[in-house]
Formats: sequence, structure tokens, C-alpha cells
Amino acid sequence: MSILSIFVVIPILMMGGLFLSKSMTQIRTVATVGSALQLIASIVLVVLFCGERAAGNTAEMLFMADHVWFEPLNIHYAVGVDGVSVAMILLSAIIVFAGVFASWKINPLPKEFFLWLILLSIGVYGFFISIDLFTMFMFYEVALIPMYLLIGIWGSGKKYYSAMKLTLMLMGGSALLMLGILGIYFNSSVDGNLTMNILEIAKNNAIPESMQNILFPLTFVGFGVLGAMFPFHTWSPDGHASAPTAVSMLHAGVLMKLGGYGCFRVAMYLMPYATVELSWIFLILTGISVFYGAYSACVQTDLKYINAYSSVSHCGLVLFALLMWNTTAMTGAIMQMLSHGLMTALFFALIGMIYGRTHTRDIREMGGLMKIMPFLSVCYVIAGLASLGLPGLSGFVAEMTVFVGAFQWDDTFRRVFTILACTSIVITAVYILRVVGKILYGPVQDEHHATLTDAVWYEKFSTITLIIAVAGIGMLPLWVSDLLRDSISVISERILQYI
Amino acid sequence: MEIPFIYYLIVSGVMFFAGVYGFIARRNMLAILISLELMLNAVDINFAVFNRYLYPGAMEGFFFTLFAIAIAAAETAIAIAIIINIYRNIKNIKSDNLDKMKN
Amino acid sequence: MDYSIVILALPFLMFLTLALAGNKMSQKFAGLLGTTGLLVITILSYMVTFQYFGMPRVEGVREALMPYNFEWLSFTDKLTINLGILLDPISVMMLVVITTVSLMVHIYSMGYMHGEKGFQRYYAFLSLFTFSMLGLVVATNIFQMYIFWELVGVSSYLLIGFYYTKPAAVSASKKAFIVTRFADLGFLIGILLLSFYTETFSFDQLTAEGGFFLTSTSGATFMGCSVASWAMALIFMGGAGKSAMFPLHIWLPDAMEGPTPVSALIHAATMVVAGVYLVARLFPVYLSVPDVLELITWVGAITALYAAIVACVQSDIKRVLAFSTISQIAFMMVALGVCTSMIPGEGGLGYMASMFHLFTHAMFKALLFLGAGAVIHAVHSNEMSDMGGLRKYLPITHITFLIACLAIAGIPPFSGFFSKDEILAAAFNKSTFWGVWMTVVAAITAFYMFRLYFGIFWGKEAKHEHTPHESPATMTVPLIILAVVTCVAGFIPFGEFVTSNGTAYHIHIDPVVATTSVVCAVVAILLATWLFAKPNTKPEKMQAALPKLHKWAYNRFYMDNVYQYITHKIIFARISKPIAWFDRHIIDATMDMFATVTNVAADKIKGFQSGKLQSYVWVYIVGAMVIAVAAMLIFI
Repeated sequence: MSILSIFVVIPILMMGGLFLSKSMTQIRTVATVGSALQLIASIVLVVLFCGERAAGNTAEMLFMADHVWFEPLNIHYAVGVDGVSVAMILLSAIIVFAGVFASWKINPLPKEFFLWLILLSIGVYGFFISIDLFTMFMFYEVALIPMYLLIGIWGSGKKYYSAMKLTLMLMGGSALLMLGILGIYFNSSVDGNLTMNILEIAKNNAIPESMQNILFPLTFVGFGVLGAMFPFHTWSPDGHASAPTAVSMLHAGVLMKLGGYGCFRVAMYLMPYATVELSWIFLILTGISVFYGAYSACVQTDLKYINAYSSVSHCGLVLFALLMWNTTAMTGAIMQMLSHGLMTALFFALIGMIYGRTHTRDIREMGGLMKIMPFLSVCYVIAGLASLGLPGLSGFVAEMTVFVGAFQWDDTFRRVFTILACTSIVITAVYILRVVGKILYGPVQDEHHATLTDAVWYEKFSTITLIIAVAGIGMLPLWVSDLLRDSISVISERILQYI
Repeated sequence: MEIPFIYYLIVSGVMFFAGVYGFIARRNMLAILISLELMLNAVDINFAVFNRYLYPGAMEGFFFTLFAIAIAAAETAIAIAIIINIYRNIKNIKSDNLDKMKN
Repeated sequence: MDYSIVILALPFLMFLTLALAGNKMSQKFAGLLGTTGLLVITILSYMVTFQYFGMPRVEGVREALMPYNFEWLSFTDKLTINLGILLDPISVMMLVVITTVSLMVHIYSMGYMHGEKGFQRYYAFLSLFTFSMLGLVVATNIFQMYIFWELVGVSSYLLIGFYYTKPAAVSASKKAFIVTRFADLGFLIGILLLSFYTETFSFDQLTAEGGFFLTSTSGATFMGCSVASWAMALIFMGGAGKSAMFPLHIWLPDAMEGPTPVSALIHAATMVVAGVYLVARLFPVYLSVPDVLELITWVGAITALYAAIVACVQSDIKRVLAFSTISQIAFMMVALGVCTSMIPGEGGLGYMASMFHLFTHAMFKALLFLGAGAVIHAVHSNEMSDMGGLRKYLPITHITFLIACLAIAGIPPFSGFFSKDEILAAAFNKSTFWGVWMTVVAAITAFYMFRLYFGIFWGKEAKHEHTPHESPATMTVPLIILAVVTCVAGFIPFGEFVTSNGTAYHIHIDPVVATTSVVCAVVAILLATWLFAKPNTKPEKMQAALPKLHKWAYNRFYMDNVYQYITHKIIFARISKPIAWFDRHIIDATMDMFATVTNVAADKIKGFQSGKLQSYVWVYIVGAMVIAVAAMLIFI
């Protein structure tokens, strides 16, 4: 068994364990041990991967394994990772780990909650390790469907509406994606040996240019819906607002990254011609996302809405940077995915914890929380500073890499959009400081809040894990960018030769 | 004297469409059942008549008619049993009232 | 000088210790820990200074050293962010300034902040600030500078908002961060432009002789100006934001909401001069774009005049000092702007003058703020109307404050005279216009400083709830030390150490310039004495004579209202709100519309699926008949 399959096997075992467990303690034990194992496995994977690369293994994908799954359509269970997938797996493992602690006291139906959560994580891990389009798509759907139940059952507010909206919009994206994948499949080879394997498709490079022009928008939009690309982002505010804490964390932290990763791995890698040809459309859309999300966030009053719009802005920057094609910008994009994943998860965890105490997310009804719950407030400030790009935390490194990369083009069109994207860092500062000033500082707004308690150990554990990761990337970014760079340059060079 | 072929068809046609009308228009389930029987019998007549006129030596049409009569009898028995049960449950046998499975 | 890394590492470690374990410590221990740590850093900086300036010149020039420079993040093959330490005359001088003032503030704060809630947090933030500021000045490349530039911004944000339960402090901190952040946007774009053309971030390559910078940017133009000018102007925008140049100055007066020692350290002596330092750092590059230097001169001159006028009518003593800081930093900017060559004797004098003034100003302005802190500590108010006649109660504060006032007014032999004189000389070198302009501003400076001085220590005595008393020794000792420095700093042969091209330059006082400026200053002081030394009605009469001017100046020429208008009425109301509305009511509604249309359509066709067998049969029969008729028509 390939080391990668461990990432699918551990959650399956966890689900078995959850199925058998009877008490809350057992459920927690299974979830904690399983996600901790997962985290350890992902760290081991990073180490092994770096070791292989250091030993001079320059293969595009490492740790490959291949089993025939459905012969007639040439569908394989094919797995393999490059630097980008390794980084994404590490991100997912950290967030799942933190998410388990954030939902320590989930109620009602804890067993079912964790079952669905783990199923979701299977989908996420499976997606990142697959190199077979069909397997990838299957895992993608496995990751999406549990979301409906997780929001519909454990959510708050307009949860049925949000769950339905989110699922339908993402399914709509999937429909486009399915078309795109089938199109790729049927054009994958000139001599009739159709294949679903991404590496082989890339090697054959047989998709006709006219077909690429049709399939690229399908796949890009299909994944872009999950990446909250304007104008397909509206599921995000409602969905996040209604989702329970851990689900918001996982969704913003990991699931939205599936979109960016898919755009990068499927749409751009397999269809370089169309990428060059059609990028300008998506560059406009994602450029709009970046400042549109930021401006929208400025006037929201619900904490989760603010964060959801800020996610639109940050994820827009991911796709924006990907469409800049050069290695630097794309590295920045992937770093932005990591950084945004971690800090949004941190944000949503904190918002969940604050909401669990104050029972309101309206910033106008809160104030002076710094005095009441100093730990949570300090963490919130740290998350905010990471979000507005303070050096030493992950946001800065990612944004700067994106901007420097994007600035390497000297045509007016890209320059204008790059500068537009740069302005978003000012607006980010505005809405982050607005929230921090309103809810954390100042006098205590509601005297009922004065008796609330600060974080307890499992909450502290969850937030500290994330803060360490955010600061780790922010202070020592070189290893991350080195991990990503080789894998990205393959794809970036492939695209650049079509200019 | 030989009764002309068309007369049988007229009788069966009238019976069949009377059955169709009854089946569509009536709300009483017994009436519907009777309409159904009418339609079946109209078809039976057709079977017999066509067999007699088209393939005078063959017997398949008559056999089919006999089968149909037997099955109609069985079907009527089951239908009446169902109708009686429905009556016990909702105290009438109007087909409009059987909408529990909807909504 | 391998130990120089300790200068950076120690404050960072102190920050981590105080931030993570501060709550477990007693206040006294935290304060002592912070101060001792800073004492070590100060000693190390002095050692570095002596060692560096003790080294022989190479070909008559002071060499730049780079004991550390390691890769932190790489963008492309050529563009990498390095973190390292660059020691050259100005960075070494800044080390001295920062550590000295910071040490004084650390000691002072032990008395001033005594018993405050969050004392440990305060020291943690001070350490963070010291770390960031030191990292900024020793930056080896422009991106490292940007990194620490942001970090000082955040430390300043945290310290201004130290009293976080006070709404005024919260909004001031927010304002400071956002305004400087906006300026940093220009800085960032400037860096991106610069690095795109020169393919380097590092200062030694950017400022290398032989026009490395100009050759790589030549030819490219944008909107009539060369790309080089654009890049340098945008970078200057960053500096202008941090150094509170007009019109980006609006955050600094509000920043006085922070604790007074913080104002002394960050908003008077160190962080706000970062913009000047930035221009000085890239000085050879700026010299090659004279149009930007012209811009710097104008911005500096306008700021100097504007802030000086506003300072004349403010009633909050910290605000007066804040505007005076703005005005003095503008002096330094002007000094850099009027330079025309690298050679200190011929047009490069301004560089040396600017750095000299930076040095002396840091000392006497810190002294002024700490003195103001002592006054506020004694009377528990910032308003001048609550003071007056305090010289009896606060003798030490009074004397040290007077020394600082004389220094800033440019009276020999105090340090301010020497540095300001060099600036005026440099301005006169460029043109008489600038020389006269700056001399006038210098005279106004003397006037408003003595208005402040008389307002606090002379004049009518205000009623106090309890008799004001002199501050404890932890507060007075730093005052005395800084006063001594202010008295002697002018005699430092500054030109031996810091000049534009690294060669030695002997400072000589231009008798004409010096006499004019001193005479102007003395006249201004006498005027202030006549108006404010004794309680009288002359000031009110003057106010009544110029009501418009007074009102405008008192309201700082309504600059804050302009910003208020831009942010609230334009950005929030005209951009953000419509976008948010558009998102909910157009984009989201479109998506919802798809769902609604599907729903409605389903509702409409749902009738077909009635579940009524009879209606199905009806449809079936009709269908069958239609088909039968159609078949007949077609086939028969």
C-alpha cells in the first residue's frame, strides 16, 4: 500500500471506530487520536517528500500508486503527490485536528457529527492525493455532500436555506466540472487510448485547441465556484454564517482550497493553450473578487459575514495569482491558500467560541471583550493581524509573493489589476481594525457579557495549534516556498511556452 | 343468416367506450370496477369475433378470451376485497378521497 | 562585529517572554526585566558605535559592513528578501538614538506607568517596538525595511491603543494604522516598481555608484514622468505617511492618546523619523531624480509651515508637541530635499544637516515629551488651562523643559542651534527662497515653544485639587540625562561621522545665517514672553483680531474633516454600501432567482402528477386517440 493511501485509510478506520463508540469520551478519543495520527502522517509525508527531493528525485509526482478500478473506461485509483499536494495535505491535517477540538462539545448527535466530518475529510485527502480525474472528482463530491447535512442539522440561523443554497451552487459547479472532465477524457489521446490520468493527459497534450477553449471555462468555473470566484461566491456568506464552527473552519480552510487546487491542477495544467488564451476573462473576475470582497466586508455587521467576504477577497487573490502564470505568482497563490486556510480557520474557530458565549455575532451588540475574555481576544487580534498582512505571520509572505510575482508582467492590463489587488491590503486593514475596535476594545457594551468566561483548555488547544502554524509559515517561509517552487515551475513553464 | 362482422364491432366499441367513460367519469370505485369489466368484455368480444372471421380454423382467440374472463374474475375478487377494506377504513369508496399517499 | 545580532535578538526574546509570561510576573519584575534588557542592548549599541567609528576609513570613506545577511524568502532567481544587519554611519547613528531614547523611556515608564493595569503588556509592546525599529534601521535591503516598517506600524498601533477601554484611544490607533497603511501602499508599489526594473532589493546595489539604478530604469516613462521618478515618489509616499508629512500627517496628533512615554519614544524620537531615514538611505537614488527631490522639498516646507502655525494655537500640550514634531521632521525632509550633490561641501550639506537634526531632535523632543509627561503626571490633565505657574512645584522638570525649549528654538549653545543652523545653511545654498521660508518657520517654532513653556510654568496658576509635586527619581533622572545630552550634543563633530558620501566634513557655522536665525528666534521668544509670561488679555485680543485664522488653525485647517468626509461619505457610503447592496440584491438575488424559477416552474407542472388514476387515463385516452387520428391521416 502506498503511503498516500494511509490518508484515506485512517479516516475510514476512524469512521469504524466512531460507529462502534458508545459514549462521548469514546467519540472524542477516536476523533482526537485519528486526527492526531493524520497530522503526524502528514508531517512525516512532508519530511519524506523533502528527503526524496533532496536525494535528487525529480519525478513530477512522488509516492505514486496505481490500481485499475474500472477497466472499460480506464478509470484507475491512481495517487501521487507533488509539493503542492503535500502542502495542502498538511494544511488539511492541521485544520481537521484543530476542528476536532473546536467541536469538543458538539450537540446534538455528536457521533453522527463526527462521522460526517470524517467523511468530509476523506474526500479532502482523497482529492489532494488523486491524479486520476475520475477518482479526483469522486472524492470532490464526497467532500461536498456531507456539507449539506453538517450545515442543515448542526447549523444555526437560516440553516436549511443556506445548506440548500450552498449544496445546489456547488453541485451546479460540479455539473460543469463533470462536463469538463468528460471532455478532457474523450480528447485525452490521439490514438484512442483514452485515459483519466492527469500525468498522461499532460504528456499526451492532445486536447485540440478549439476544445480547450470550451473545456477550460467549464473546469475553471466549475472549480471556481468552490473557490468563491465572483459572481459565484454568494453561497459563501450564507453558508459560513449558518455552519457550525468546525464546519466553517473546514469549509473555509480546506474545501475552498479544493477549488483553487483544482483550477491549478486540472484546468490550467491540462489546458495550457486555453489558459493563455482565456485568462483575461478570469483575471477580470478574480480581480473584481479581490476588492469587491474587501469593500463588502467593510460594511457587514455579522462577524461571520465579514469573514466570509474577506475569504472571497483572499481566495480571489489565490485565483488571481494563479492566472499570472509565472512561478513566483503561482507560488504566492499556493502560499496564500495555506495562509488563508489557517487564518480563516482560526477566525472561524474564534468567532464560534465568542458566539458560543455571547450568543450574538452582531458586532454592534458587543464591545470590550478584551477585558472579559483576554485569551480569545488576543487570539482574535493575532488572526486579524495575520489577515491584514503583518510580517511575521503567514499573510504577509503570501501576499508579497503574489504581488512581486504579478508585478513581473509589464503590460498595462495586468499592472492595473495588480495595483488594484494591492489596494485591498489597505481595505483589509480597515475592516479588520473596525471589527477589532468594535468588539474587543472600548467599554463593555452589554453588562450580561461581563460574567462570561474565557477559553477552556480544548479551545485554547485548537487556537494555539493554528496560531503556531500561522506564525511558523510567517517567520520561516523559505521552506514552504522551496517545497512548492519545483512542482509549480513545471506547470508554470508548461503554460508560459504558449505565450 | 350470418350477422355482419361490423355489428359485433359496433357492440364491442359501444361497450368499450362506455367503459372508458365510466372509468374516467365515475368516482365510485365499484362503478369504476364495473366500467373496467365492461372494457374487458368488449375486448373479449373482439378477440372472439376476429378469431372467428380472420382465422376460422384456429382457436387462440377463444382461449385468450377464456383466460381474460378467468383473470377478470380473479381481479374482481381482489378489487372488491380492496374496496371493502377501503370502506372499512374511510367509510366510503369515493376514489377522490384516496389521497393519503400524496403530500 | 558578530555580536550585533544580539541587538536584534534580545528585544525579540524579551517581547516573547513578556508577552507570554508577563501575567505571571510582578509589575516590578517585568519593568526591571525590560529595562535591564534594554540597558544591555544600549551598551552593545554603543560598543558597535565605538568600534565602527573607530575603524579606519577606506580611501577616505567609511565602509558599510554587513555582518549578517541570510535569505528569508526568495521570489525569483534575483529577487530575494534577505534579513541581515547593515552597519554604516547612519544606521549606527540610529542605533545610538533608538537605544538611548528607548532606555530613557523604559526607565521613565517604571515611574510613569507605575501601578497601571497591563504594565507587563506595556513593556512587551515597548520591546516589540524596539526590536522592530532596530530591525528597520539595520535593514540590508528595502524589503527588510518594509517588513520592519510594518512591524513598527503595528507596535505603534498597539501602544496608541494601550488604554483600549478609552474609545478615543481606540479610534486614534485605528486611524494611525490605516493612514500609515495607506501610505505604505505607495511604498509597496514603489518597491515593486523599483525592483522590477533594477532586479534587486538590496541597498548596496540600488545605491551603487555608476548609476545602476538609472541605467536600469532609463527609458521607461509613465504619464510624462520617468518610471524612476514614479517609483521614488511612491516610496517617498510611504516615508511621508510614517513621518506625518502633510497631508498624511493627520494620525500623529491623535496618536497622542497613547501613554506619554510612548509618544516620546515612537511619535517624537524614533518611528516618525523613519521616513527621513528612508529618504536618507536611498539618498543617492533620490539625487538622480531631482524632480522627486523638488517634491520632497515642497512637501517638507509646506508641512513645516502648516504644523508650526497650527502648533501656535493648540491648547493640549501634547498636541502642541505633536505639531512641533511634524514641523521639525519636515525640517529634516527639506534638508534632504535641497541637496544637489553627494559631496558635503557642495550641495550635499543637507544630508548631514538632516541626520544631525534627526539626532539632536530625537534627544530634545524626547526630553520635551517626557517633561510634558511629568507635568501631566502632576496635574492630571493635558490642557494648558489646567496648568500655569508650575515652576515652583516642578523645579527639575521646569529647568530641563526650558533647556529643551531653548534647543528647539535654536539658541546657542544648545544642540538644536547647530543642527538647525546647518539645515538653514543648506536651504540658503539651494536658494534664498527656501532659506527665508525655513528661517520664518524656525522663528514661529521659537514662538510656539515659548508660548507652551510660559503657559505651563508661568502665567496664571490654575486651581489644583492637591498640590502638584515633583515626579519620582525614575522619571526625573531620564530628564536630567537627556537635558545634559541636549546641552552637549551640538558640539559633537557630526560631520566626522555622518556625511552624504562618507568622507569627513568639518562643520563650520555660517555667521550670516546663524545670526539671522538667532535674532529671529530671540525676537520670537521675546514676543512670546510679552504675550504669555504674565497673565494678561493680549492673547485674547490677538485672537479677536484674527478670528478666521485662529479658528482655522485651531481646527487644524479642517484636514481631519476632509479625511472624515473621504472615508465615511465616499468610501463607506459611496463604495462599500453600494457594493454590499449590489451583492445581496443583484448577484445573490440572481442566484436565488434560478432557484425560485425552478421552484415556481415545478409548482406549475406539479398538477400533472396528481396521483389520480382517472385523470391519467383521461390523458392517456386522449393521447391515444390523437395518435390514432394522426396515424390515420398520415397512413390512409
